[in-house]
Amino acid sequence: MKTKQQIDRTARDLDPEVHDSNFMGAKLKSERRYNTLFRDYDDPNKLREIAGNVKQHTLEHLDTYLEQAEESFKRNGAQVHYAIDDAAVNAQVLRIMNETGSQTMVKSKSMLTEEVHMLDYLEKNGKTVVETDLGEFILQIDGDHPSHIVTPIVHKNRRGIAKSFEREGLGDYNDDPETITRRARKHLRQKYIDAEVGLTGGNFVSAESGRIVLVTNEGNARFCMAANKIHIAVIGIEKLVPTDRDLGLFINLIGRSGTGQQVTVYNQFISGPKKDSQPHGPEQMHVIFVDNRRTEVLASDCREILRCIRCGACLNVCPIYRQSGGHAYRSVYPGPVGAVLSPLLAGNRFPELADLPKASSLCGACNEVCPVNIPIPDLLLRLRDKAKREGAKEAMKGTPNLGMWATLCSQPTMWKTALSMGHTMNYIPTEMIPHPSAKSWQGARKLPKFEGGEFRKWFKKRAK
Amino acid sequence: MSLLHTPPNRPAGKSIQLMSTCLCDAFYADVAQATVEVLEFLGCDIELPDGQTCCGQPAFNSGDWANSRKVVRHTAKVFAGDKPIVVPSGSCAAMIFHGAPLEFEKEADLPVIRALADRTWELLDFIVHGLGVTEWPGKFDAKITVHRSCHLRGTKSPEAMATLLDSIEGLQVEPIDETEQCCGFGGTFAVTFPNISNSMGTLKIEKLIACKPDIVAAADMGCMMHFGGMMEKQGLPQKRMHVAQILRDSLKNAGKI
Repeated sequence: MKTKQQIDRTARDLDPEVHDSNFMGAKLKSERRYNTLFRDYDDPNKLREIAGNVKQHTLEHLDTYLEQAEESFKRNGAQVHYAIDDAAVNAQVLRIMNETGSQTMVKSKSMLTEEVHMLDYLEKNGKTVVETDLGEFILQIDGDHPSHIVTPIVHKNRRGIAKSFEREGLGDYNDDPETITRRARKHLRQKYIDAEVGLTGGNFVSAESGRIVLVTNEGNARFCMAANKIHIAVIGIEKLVPTDRDLGLFINLIGRSGTGQQVTVYNQFISGPKKDSQPHGPEQMHVIFVDNRRTEVLASDCREILRCIRCGACLNVCPIYRQSGGHAYRSVYPGPVGAVLSPLLAGNRFPELADLPKASSLCGACNEVCPVNIPIPDLLLRLRDKAKREGAKEAMKGTPNLGMWATLCSQPTMWKTALSMGHTMNYIPTEMIPHPSAKSWQGARKLPKFEGGEFRKWFKKRAK
Repeated sequence: MSLLHTPPNRPAGKSIQLMSTCLCDAFYADVAQATVEVLEFLGCDIELPDGQTCCGQPAFNSGDWANSRKVVRHTAKVFAGDKPIVVPSGSCAAMIFHGAPLEFEKEADLPVIRALADRTWELLDFIVHGLGVTEWPGKFDAKITVHRSCHLRGTKSPEAMATLLDSIEGLQVEPIDETEQCCGFGGTFAVTFPNISNSMGTLKIEKLIACKPDIVAAADMGCMMHFGGMMEKQGLPQKRMHVAQILRDSLKNAGKI
């Protein structure tokens, strides 16, 4: 069917095989989430509300908690840096690599490094960077980018991956998942040993103790730190929680919400470089707190989106994401959370992504599954209002002009006249109604029979 | 909008104002009629404000808040007073008690809109939690499936609907898979994202008719106009009813009205 919206067009034109991978991947994770969460807790909604409140409180006192976190990290022997934007964080990482005479980096999965295009930057500056998360590694060798924030290659299938491995000289064509994984494992083991720098993100950071929590299922984040001397943690300023005590709540929620696991396989608590009493581990730990427009989001009326812990539950449950896949959102963060966050993080490029908040039936499933209870539909609506006020063309494409309608709805006499006149609609073939919305409606549906004013007549007649 | 907390302490007397909704006004007269017959059976005295038009939701969801506020202001004027406002649509009800206060956050007349919101009820929620009805004395021999429309999410309406339907003699409500999934209507979404909307509708119809029900029911004519229109385009002879119509017809079958 004809459509003016890019995301709808992508969904329409999507390769059926890719569509099915996206759809089934998302649906299965939604079902696992529901089964695990509701088996383990009588009232998971209570947990979601508490977790949302903890994050909201932290955001509202971010200045205090950031300073506290900085002090805690320094006390633990880590070095703390702040980066205002993409250029600043990339330059800071390069500086650390240069100052420590480092050439090669192994890194674990981090959406923030995707956001600031760190790989491209470091490679342009002569460094070697290896993604060690299996999905991210496959994306790296394919020159592709993630379509999901937790399962980045959900859009791919094993046959394509087997071809990529063959092309990269990782063995003859073999699409057995275990063989693929073993080959990647063997290949990556040497990379861990060769690298000088290990870079990670941070899922949660306790301001009280200066402790970073990293959750993975592959253990690659800890390998990134095992064999080299420098650990760099790149962390968005919204990742803070006040105390260690809060971590239990979030670790219990993130695995269950994202993949339906009670707990992720590897959970690491990193509170600084290695101590003298410890035989192994990085000698330097650098924590880089990154803003990259997060303070602008904090100042906006969509600040609740900063609570997000990147579990992906809203993507998985979203009927639009299930149809369109993540790449349709043309940004690092797809799905419901991305439809709010991506346009906001785009700064003055907001108009280019202003259609993202429109890609929702506002069904509210995202809010219902969100472990930090973000009112995503309300935020989507606020952004639709912003897009309209700012005249963002991408957002308005295909949306009927509602000026006449509003006038009609504010004038009861006109409204009632229109209701009685509407009956003529039943005598013309509805396909001939020249309005684009009527045409779009009838691509897949029939219009109902017009009965304008019938109820009012009935009500009046029967009133004694 | 999922955790649509319905306003606390809403008025619940039997003297009410009916918001019949623009869809019933234009297309579904019998749904509004059934609503009246059901409420009158319960002893309600119904006022139908003559100037009512639409709740303002099409423009609200489209991001055209200036035009939506114009319509909401009109609605607030038409529905003046302090009686409970009853709406046979979860979506229009949520527009008034949740959407309208959201788009009036920065407006001087927010208190007027808040007051309107704080006396608005979805029909089934009103019957069970407003009037305290826990059993429906009707009779209806049929196997039905129910589409849980998204604007009931987080409200007490689904529970109210179950209470009423489960107590009707002869009525068999079959559960459906993936009840949390949207049907793909979403107001103007249905025309701006026609392909995705159609795919969502196809999935929903599949679940709704899987058990070959006699009737597919819902408490929102918006959703039903969308997936019902799809069924008709596909030539699917599936009978559909608003829950209010089932409640009314069950009373007729039991000889209560």
